[in-house]
Amino acid sequence: MAHEVDLSTTLGNAWFPSPLFTASGCASSGKELAQFFPLKDIGAVVTKSVMNKPRHGRPTPRMAETPSGMLNSIGLQGPGIDAFLANDVPWLLSQGSRVIVSIAGETIDEYSILARKIRSTPGISAVEVNISCPNVENRGLVFATDCDTSARVVEGVRKVIGGEIPILAKLTPDVTNIADVARSVANAGADGVALINTVLGMVINLETMKPHLGGRTGGLSGPAIRPIAVRAIYQVHEALPELPILGMGGVASGRDALELILAGASGVSVGTASFGNPTALISIQKELSELLAQRGFTSLKQAVGYAHR
Amino acid sequence: MARMSTINKSAVQVDATIIANKRIGAYHQIILSVGEAVRNCRPGNFIAIQFGGEASRMVLRRAFAISRTSENAQYGGTVELIVAPHGSGSKWLCAQVEGAEVNVITPLGKAFGVPTEPANALLIGGGYGSAPLFGLADLLKSRGCKVDMVLGASNGNKIYAPMEGKRSVNSLKIFTEDGSMGESGRVTSQLAEIIAERNIEIIYSCGPMAMLKAITEIASEHQVIHQASVEEAMACGIGICMTCVLPVKNETGAISMKRSCIDGPVMDGASVCWDLVGKSTENF
Repeated sequence: MAHEVDLSTTLGNAWFPSPLFTASGCASSGKELAQFFPLKDIGAVVTKSVMNKPRHGRPTPRMAETPSGMLNSIGLQGPGIDAFLANDVPWLLSQGSRVIVSIAGETIDEYSILARKIRSTPGISAVEVNISCPNVENRGLVFATDCDTSARVVEGVRKVIGGEIPILAKLTPDVTNIADVARSVANAGADGVALINTVLGMVINLETMKPHLGGRTGGLSGPAIRPIAVRAIYQVHEALPELPILGMGGVASGRDALELILAGASGVSVGTASFGNPTALISIQKELSELLAQRGFTSLKQAVGYAHR
Repeated sequence: MARMSTINKSAVQVDATIIANKRIGAYHQIILSVGEAVRNCRPGNFIAIQFGGEASRMVLRRAFAISRTSENAQYGGTVELIVAPHGSGSKWLCAQVEGAEVNVITPLGKAFGVPTEPANALLIGGGYGSAPLFGLADLLKSRGCKVDMVLGASNGNKIYAPMEGKRSVNSLKIFTEDGSMGESGRVTSQLAEIIAERNIEIIYSCGPMAMLKAITEIASEHQVIHQASVEEAMACGIGICMTCVLPVKNETGAISMKRSCIDGPVMDGASVCWDLVGKSTENF
């Protein structure tokens, strides 16, 4: 017989009634999805990575559909942190939504500046420190490809934020050993890691015979990268079983979400699936609950990392 | 529950039945029953359709302009789309049989603005870009506007101009690049003369970016308002992916990247920085 499953989860000291979150960069600031479901019905809205100053982003074309996925090359277009905290966060909170703010910087200092502004804004559940956006001009600026620079960014944010708001470091799978990067950010004060950012890719247009995207390279997302996400989550959970993981990468159904949870994720973000289906999060949440019940779990927490046995 | 967002405010997600799928020249005319959503569909709005079913490797929706709407006892509310079977998604849609169901989200996007006083309007369509203009022509005529139309395409097979659509139009001029239908040339070939002769006060256009840019230049010279329906690749159609952006300037001249799905697809042609489309944003 079907029983109720307790879907609640925690990331650091933040509690969420559901483990299903939007993925940063895939829900804008939430207003667009609110027509399709009440935002308070999911675990949290993870907002689009915001920088200190307003930013135009990369030129078009910014998108290329690929088999079971897509490349995007947005380049962190956004209003800047001040306008974001003044307009978007209060609106989300007024909807009863829990809010995880994702931040991105060009320098280690910029992350600290962003953290200072977030600390003085009430109501934010957690901060995602995006150190792995692939859509930057200089590959060297992807902090998360290096353990040391990753740690320095997180250290700076931790120092400013204090112990109140959990910090999640968002990592890229485009590294030799993702568990090493996870360990270094955990040692630097991250309460958890967000795995995985998009995978760097390229599409060549056969008409122009040049790279299709305006930014030439882009981030691959969608079901095509799900096995990479499962692998990365499994490896990090194996190396650091106590470190909370917010998993993402190609989740489009309840079974996909459960796969990431079994690998070690305490929460699951849904990104590209919302592009194709704005109510994807709601159906995934329902399917996940049923799948957990069918397997005899009475709470989500029992299933986290269950593949490691 | 009342939600405070005004973005996508009339949009609903429904399973729609394909009522008709007919080939017309190079295009397919597809009629979908969408129920009550049709009451909120205005000329210029679009529909986003999910493709390929459960096992599809296509993960994104495709957006199509709504060409006409109707409501009747048998099918309820229906929308008509004119589809060119070019890419994998549109080919899939054109291959669907009548009776098949597709998941749709509609109405989306900003519709054409209609003048409050009767005006002399010129509607310009490129290729299947003419499709939403016939519904617009009906609406403008019902508001007392005089409606002239210019259509263009590379060849006659790509001109979409249904008989019944022409009824609301005072005059229709066709240009093809190869001269296979109408006059040889482009929609802009005689635009300056048409604006002057017919005392055109507002231009509505839909078609490829280069055409919209060329119309904007002539419309600006003659100080005619130009509402352009833009086409840019979209991943979501509802404003969350940030891929379908265009550089647009505001009253103060500041340029920002606007989403063609929620800030468009209908935009003030003069505010779009056509020359900056696809260019680096560093110097904005």
